[in-house]
Amino acid sequence: MLQANIRVYFSAFSIVCLSAMGFDAIAQTPEEKGLEISKEAKKRDLGWGDSQTTLKMVLRNAAGQESTREIRAKNLEVDNDGDKSLSIFDHPRDVKGTAFLSFSHPVGADDQWLYLPALKRVKRIASRNKSGPFMGSEFAFEDLASFEVEKYTYKFLKEEACAGGTCFVVEQYPVDKYSGYTRRVAWIDTSEYRNWKTEFYDRRNSLLKTLTVVDFKQYLNKYWRATGMKMINHQTKKETDLVWDEYKFKTGLTSADFNQNTLKRAK
Amino acid sequence: MKQGFHQSALLTPLLALSLYSGLLIAADVELSGKIEIETTVYADEGQFPEQDYRYNLSLALEPELYWQWNDGDDSLIFTPFVRGDQHDNERSHGDIRELAWTHVNGNWEIHTGIRKIFWGVTEFNHLVDVINQTDAVDSFDGEEKLGQPMLNVSRVTDVGIFDAFILTGFRERTFAGEEGRLRSGIVVDTDRATYESSDEERHIDFALRWSHSFSVFDLGLYWFKGTDREPLLTPTSINGSLVLTPFYQQIDQVGIDLQATIDSWLWKFESIYKDSDADNYLAAQAGVEYTFYGIQQSAADLGVLVEYGWDERDEEANNIAQDDLYLGARLTLNDVNDTTLLVGASYDNDYHTRSLLVEASRRLNDNWTVSLEGLLFKESNENDPASALDKDDRLQLTLERYF
Repeated sequence: MLQANIRVYFSAFSIVCLSAMGFDAIAQTPEEKGLEISKEAKKRDLGWGDSQTTLKMVLRNAAGQESTREIRAKNLEVDNDGDKSLSIFDHPRDVKGTAFLSFSHPVGADDQWLYLPALKRVKRIASRNKSGPFMGSEFAFEDLASFEVEKYTYKFLKEEACAGGTCFVVEQYPVDKYSGYTRRVAWIDTSEYRNWKTEFYDRRNSLLKTLTVVDFKQYLNKYWRATGMKMINHQTKKETDLVWDEYKFKTGLTSADFNQNTLKRAK
Repeated sequence: MKQGFHQSALLTPLLALSLYSGLLIAADVELSGKIEIETTVYADEGQFPEQDYRYNLSLALEPELYWQWNDGDDSLIFTPFVRGDQHDNERSHGDIRELAWTHVNGNWEIHTGIRKIFWGVTEFNHLVDVINQTDAVDSFDGEEKLGQPMLNVSRVTDVGIFDAFILTGFRERTFAGEEGRLRSGIVVDTDRATYESSDEERHIDFALRWSHSFSVFDLGLYWFKGTDREPLLTPTSINGSLVLTPFYQQIDQVGIDLQATIDSWLWKFESIYKDSDADNYLAAQAGVEYTFYGIQQSAADLGVLVEYGWDERDEEANNIAQDDLYLGARLTLNDVNDTTLLVGASYDNDYHTRSLLVEASRRLNDNWTVSLEGLLFKESNENDPASALDKDDRLQLTLERYF
């Protein structure tokens, strides 16, 4: 009874708030509102520190044939810069031991190195290939990069119902001229600012791919991480599923765990 | 089977350690590796006696055992290698590619045992790569290396990575035997190797290296003192027949490798200065690689490479890239099966010799990969050492099973 009352009270309160915001929205352009939503989404994910997880990818072609990839990933949040990550490939067998080190930056090119275990060779690679497929999957490198507000300009389109309740629908225009997209359309829920769905439009501005999140799990009572994702390529009819293992946060990783020596001994 | 391994002071305690660690943590051993089936077809029979065949079959096995403990701060790796070759007795050989214990303490690493170290940035010649001996009989491109016993201390700092190496024991280069293809006219008699140092293959070598990545640059500098990995080959008459005998001199060498990664461009430079009793000289390999991403609206990338190799000694050089131009193209489909096609051509400005390499590879399924390699030579000067390869145009199909 008390709870019901509280709910009624809060609903009334939100209506008041919404109408107040309605006045604000007149002053705020769709571009400003899109940016504000993205800033808020980023702000809510600050402070996670470091994480470790295992990722399984299932690649499926139009005929339904599958092939799998397994990757272990270590990530480090860097204050006032993009994240650092170290990925180790476990499957398929012929790429086992290959490792990938990336220092991402909100603006400008990322720094990336690849370790090839057969030759014991570390190769600095050009990060210009953002639009290229990651391990033959429907995910481009840029789809898997950490979200940084500065990487896009924005435009708020509307609010509508979505898997996460009510979502802001926001258009994102990549700043990087080497992006494979003219725009992305993202569905971000209004309560927790989680990105449930994204549509990708290719350079000719036709719909290329749709990414949907299966579900989210909350860690440390704050940070939401997708437990699974599905990317469908509408033009080739190929799909890629991503499934994450349990994330481990605050595992004690520091920037000392992300350099060419740790890349070479990553196993 | 020739076992090219010479004694090293490190080997015995290391084996004891590996047994000890193995007993302690046998449950955590990770086994992986590969089996390789290689078939080769030559366009002609070879130009030298004993090379009278056109087909060759070769099998190789390279398992890897890996243990780690202390949360990964300690690890042990063991990678033996063995190859059996249908014709070439010298190519039928075994080696310990790696048998090393790694201990990590914060920004410090200590590696003890037999390891492989790669330095360098260029693709067609690996001039600065000096730590490991080339297993020349195993692959023509010189990228297969013999395991090198060492103690290596490495330290990561804000101003780069510092490495110190004590190389305990020397590995002699492998060479094709009489029945081997792609060899010089006169066979190298590896049993008659001689050394400048009276310590011979027990000579202890040293190396120091600093490497750093800053903005778009990756830079490495090193100093090496010890036995030259590249032997001087001298024709010698043994019981009336002529052979080449290797002579390993003592050298001081400094080297630099530099890559600038800018947009779609990779600018690459390697150079060494080598000083021995016999002579001293400068050599360099430099080039550029440009990649066209997503060609024709597809997922495929096309990389184009140009490199030039230069050696101060010109024709006197035992360096194959003494005045050579290299062109290459690498097509990467970025598909599910990792299909790649590599075409490389070289032109020797001194001897006008040309060679062409075509290499295609892809994954067949979760365990198997296949690669096809074609090698063509066109010599127009019989003084070029490469004229020995005149009849060695070949096509090679390799199947690899990973486990």
